[in-house]
Amino acid sequence: MNLQTTNPQPKNARAHAPLDRGWAGVVLRMLRRHTLLRHTLLAVVAVVALAYLTGAVSPYRDLQIAHMAYIVCAAAGLTVLTGLGGQISLGHGAFMAIGAYTTALVLNHWAWPLAAVLLAAVTVTAVAGFIVGVAAARLHGPYLAGATLALAVGLPGLVSYEPVTGLLGGQNGLSVSPSPPPLALGETFPLERWQAWISCLCAVIVMWLLANLTHSRLGRSLPATRDDEIAAALSGIRVARVRIITSVVAAACAGLGGGLLAVVTTLAAPGAFPLTLSLQLVAAVVLGGLGSLAGAVWGSVVLVLVPNWASDPDASAHLPHNVASNLPALIFGTVLIVVTLLFPRGMQGGFRWVGRQVKRRLTERTG
Amino acid sequence: MVEFVNLTLSGITSGMVYAAVALALVLIWRATRIVNFAQGGMLMLTTFLAWSVIDRGGSYWVALAVALIAGLALGAIVERIVIRPVENKPPLNAVIVTLGLLVVLQAVAGMIWGGQPRSYPPAFTIQGFKLGETGLLLSPFDLFVIGAVAVVMVALILLFRRTDLGLKLRASAFAPEVARLLGVRVGRMLTLGWALAAVVGSLAGVLIAPSVFVGPNQFDAVLVFGFTAAVIGGLDSPVGAVVGGLVLGCALSYVTGYISSDIVTLGALAALITVLMVRPNGLFATSAGRRV
Repeated sequence: MNLQTTNPQPKNARAHAPLDRGWAGVVLRMLRRHTLLRHTLLAVVAVVALAYLTGAVSPYRDLQIAHMAYIVCAAAGLTVLTGLGGQISLGHGAFMAIGAYTTALVLNHWAWPLAAVLLAAVTVTAVAGFIVGVAAARLHGPYLAGATLALAVGLPGLVSYEPVTGLLGGQNGLSVSPSPPPLALGETFPLERWQAWISCLCAVIVMWLLANLTHSRLGRSLPATRDDEIAAALSGIRVARVRIITSVVAAACAGLGGGLLAVVTTLAAPGAFPLTLSLQLVAAVVLGGLGSLAGAVWGSVVLVLVPNWASDPDASAHLPHNVASNLPALIFGTVLIVVTLLFPRGMQGGFRWVGRQVKRRLTERTG
Repeated sequence: MVEFVNLTLSGITSGMVYAAVALALVLIWRATRIVNFAQGGMLMLTTFLAWSVIDRGGSYWVALAVALIAGLALGAIVERIVIRPVENKPPLNAVIVTLGLLVVLQAVAGMIWGGQPRSYPPAFTIQGFKLGETGLLLSPFDLFVIGAVAVVMVALILLFRRTDLGLKLRASAFAPEVARLLGVRVGRMLTLGWALAAVVGSLAGVLIAPSVFVGPNQFDAVLVFGFTAAVIGGLDSPVGAVVGGLVLGCALSYVTGYISSDIVTLGALAALITVLMVRPNGLFATSAGRRV
């Protein structure tokens, strides 16, 4: 015991020793040192894995993967805003709505290529995020939650407002013509897989950008503004500016998510952006693990899979209609409460705990 | 002019209901620093119970009593079981738990009563009074709504200001450690605070039910407007909750009357942003020193 506390160095060195030898050690050390390289490698691995996965599953599962991917975009942005920046936003669905409607309008009126359309959606929502960010920079805690909540509830109502109904299509929304897969992929290439590819590629790009952002100067000053605003300001961080930039980033991600939603579901309608969507995004962020980008992915996967699994027709066939139709919501709400009470650090926190245990066992065995 | 008066009157009536919901939120915020997003679900459930009583042939007043008692019990149970573990934890945990509870309550209500909104009878006629030839947007039932909320507010003020129990409630919210050292059962006081807030919420639910109908999702807007009212007033101030409710009620009424009922929630957003731009902690916030 005494030996360990006074001189823990040799033990650590021995633990890493087998990995640090040879060319594998060189690569590992390089990856540990170069953040950009590490993230790029992870992104490439993710793209390859997703390309393989989408090819191996049925079109229905491909569609689910596409859903997950656009929720990952929005949830990852929200992770940066809420988890790292400490700004609660209950209105992220509103930004998704802006992105979706921008996508639908641009596609229907000018028929730009898809990448340009999504870029336009990102730009427009980023501007909206800037406006909201400037208005919200002075707010915190429940006041911010209240303002964003009102935004999420109020914005979808705008489509029914007389002067803009013609443009935005009222309650029925705007239909988006699906973008077919390029002919180079073959004529039988399923549309769902192409949509999954688009969404997943965007999600990987978003994750790559955000992962680098969180390791940047801005990313490091974010937790400082979250934990102690005044101390951060005294150490030279411009709190308001940091918050506005974060708001813009989070809104842009949500806008991309919304744009993808419009492309995947081929529709931009107010019914797709109820208050529940905004709340589900917050739930995904918390379920996955607050402040962890990987957590945003786990949270989104749970968000799509749990209600889907709960509404499985085979399992609920013998139940009365009222019970069956509300079962997914009941399970979802219960999961939210139980996970928050039992695992406050979310799924990513749980994974990390398991990882630490495994690592400890390994080091105990080798050392 | 008549239209303006009428819009103001209907704004005051709905504003009183928002004020009651806001009051329920403020009571809980003061006691436990938690925004209770499940309030909408809780008052929905108690209003459904009251509806069941009326549906079985019970009188309006029995139903009201059932709703209030159910609210008392529900508030206490919710605090004890799901809120106690997240008190004094990061605020987002409480947000998620109350949101999860809202989803669960709505799902349970949907399972029992189905998704179809049901009509709820008013206590008195909703036929408006007449002033000479012009009809006013103020009915005996509206007067009952305003009166009932006012009575509850006065009762709460008396409870908090004039009774031992009120002193203990305030002490446990203001300084839990000191209160505990002085022999106050802080845990019980928090449970009681939640129960009281839920009663106020249940009253608001029964009062607004004739105009929004009773259904699992019918009270979402009421919760949002109540929350907005509480934020406008400043979450720490019961007076602010009432003023915020009235301001919001009138603002929404004017938006509905003069512009369009479709953008009424955007009107709420505009009112909220305007107030928060000038006073980031609400109208009745006391300025607090900031420390590092």
